[in-house]
Amino acid sequence: MILFDWLLDPANWSGPYGAPMLVFEHILYTLAAMIAAAVIAMPIGLFVGHTGRGEFVIAGAANVLRALPSLGLIVLLVILFAPVFASDLAFVVPSLIVLVLLAVPPIMTGTYSGIANADRAAVDAAKGMGYTPMQVLMRVELPCALPLIFSGLRSATLQVISTATIAAYVSLGGLGRLIIDGRAQNDYSQMAAGAILVGLLALFVDLFIELVATLSVSRGLTRREPRRLSRWGRRLNPFRTQS
Amino acid sequence: MSSITRRAVFALSLFTVLPAFAQDNNPLAAPQSEGSSNSQTVTVGSADFPESQLLATIYAKALEAEGMEVATRLNIGSREVYIPALLDGSIDLLPEYAGALLSYFDKDSSAHAPDEVAAALSEALPDGITMLTPSDAQNSDMLSVTRATADEYDLKTIDDLKPVAGEMIVGAPPEWRTRHEGLVGLQEVYGIEFQSMKPLDVGGPLTLSALVNGQVQAANLFSTDPAIAANDLVVLEDTRNLFSAQNIVPVINEDKLTDEIQSVLDEVSEKLTTDDLVAMNGRLANHEGYDAVAEDWLTENGMN
Repeated sequence: MILFDWLLDPANWSGPYGAPMLVFEHILYTLAAMIAAAVIAMPIGLFVGHTGRGEFVIAGAANVLRALPSLGLIVLLVILFAPVFASDLAFVVPSLIVLVLLAVPPIMTGTYSGIANADRAAVDAAKGMGYTPMQVLMRVELPCALPLIFSGLRSATLQVISTATIAAYVSLGGLGRLIIDGRAQNDYSQMAAGAILVGLLALFVDLFIELVATLSVSRGLTRREPRRLSRWGRRLNPFRTQS
Repeated sequence: MSSITRRAVFALSLFTVLPAFAQDNNPLAAPQSEGSSNSQTVTVGSADFPESQLLATIYAKALEAEGMEVATRLNIGSREVYIPALLDGSIDLLPEYAGALLSYFDKDSSAHAPDEVAAALSEALPDGITMLTPSDAQNSDMLSVTRATADEYDLKTIDDLKPVAGEMIVGAPPEWRTRHEGLVGLQEVYGIEFQSMKPLDVGGPLTLSALVNGQVQAANLFSTDPAIAANDLVVLEDTRNLFSAQNIVPVINEDKLTDEIQSVLDEVSEKLTTDDLVAMNGRLANHEGYDAVAEDWLTENGMN
């Protein structure tokens, strides 16, 4: 089966162009871009969601960023940055910029809408109890916003994982290497291997974020979970009374 | 609907959809069917770099000027991709480079001079496709370095690279890693192994920028690239003839070849010169369109 030829060849599982190295590089680019994007987007989302100021600015900015063509931008940035860095940074920095620009809108809008839509009753109660604005934000609005923040992070991560393949277009590693080299060498099983590995990676990372979200979102916000957890809890609780 | 019925319907839909994908395992074939079923239409294809697209545009416009039905499918990819497309009839006509095409079909060929290459190529072409008269215009693959690098290591020929290649990164298109006229040949013919290869574009802006700015120390560019003179780059002489004579030659599907097509393309090949290629590549590098540059050439040569 040509689809799996490349993946089944043991020679492709070691060395600088082996699958483990390419997956590692892919995760590295994704992680770096996601951390940078979260550092940029979350404070903006928190501020706008909390104060309600500048909503139209971030809505407009998010739409503009979403419309950027990644492939065109990366080539442009490489040519602009090439005289600045003599090393591989001339390829790394443009790739990361493109991925960060891609990841910022979903994280920013997710954070903003989560904060802005936090339960007003809970926010008012917190204010009534004398919480400072910062305490309201961090202790009430942020926990209430977690489900939407995580959904923003998830969609950003998926987009970054699939788009990180373009780093290979400007000579870097990652799973895009298989897709771009496979096309140039007319090696469809190599291209298929790239596509399959990107898909699997996206799937696993998505499940992982889902797990983290499930564990960190307050039980008071999720209706389904407390029952499941309490059933588990009852079974695991050594102090439960036999009935 | 019960969940069992729903699952059954889903499974059925999979069985009806999947075979449709299975039949289309060649991504180039699918959109082609309307074009190639019509025996009147000639589909002109090209590789994924500007000069090839320009030459294909010139072929297409020259044929159109004689009233023939022409379709174009430009920017297909590397030779490894478009030759299979030519063989399966997805495209009918291509501008090719004689030596590189010969190396694709016959890796061991020792032909080097233009006549030898042309003779060997017409032998090597598989059934169903044929080549027309090659043009005198040439454009070969070559390795180039910056003037500073050439002076530092005293480089004039590719042989001179041997002692220093281990410290150099070479910029080239991705297919170079597995191609004879690429890393494989450099290793076999010259015994040169670079520290590593950066897969960039096909002699395009990324490769040029990486060479000029020092991300790579040697690069695969084309001899008709006006950027070589503009950036004072040094072309390393290919003393062992790894990159053989690269005359521009139209390669065509035998079923589509008529006397009329042959006479038009022969006229194009006869009038095309290497200097024309350098000049036209310069205009393309200044962001002029393929159509305008091709039409100007046809007008200058009275073929419009």
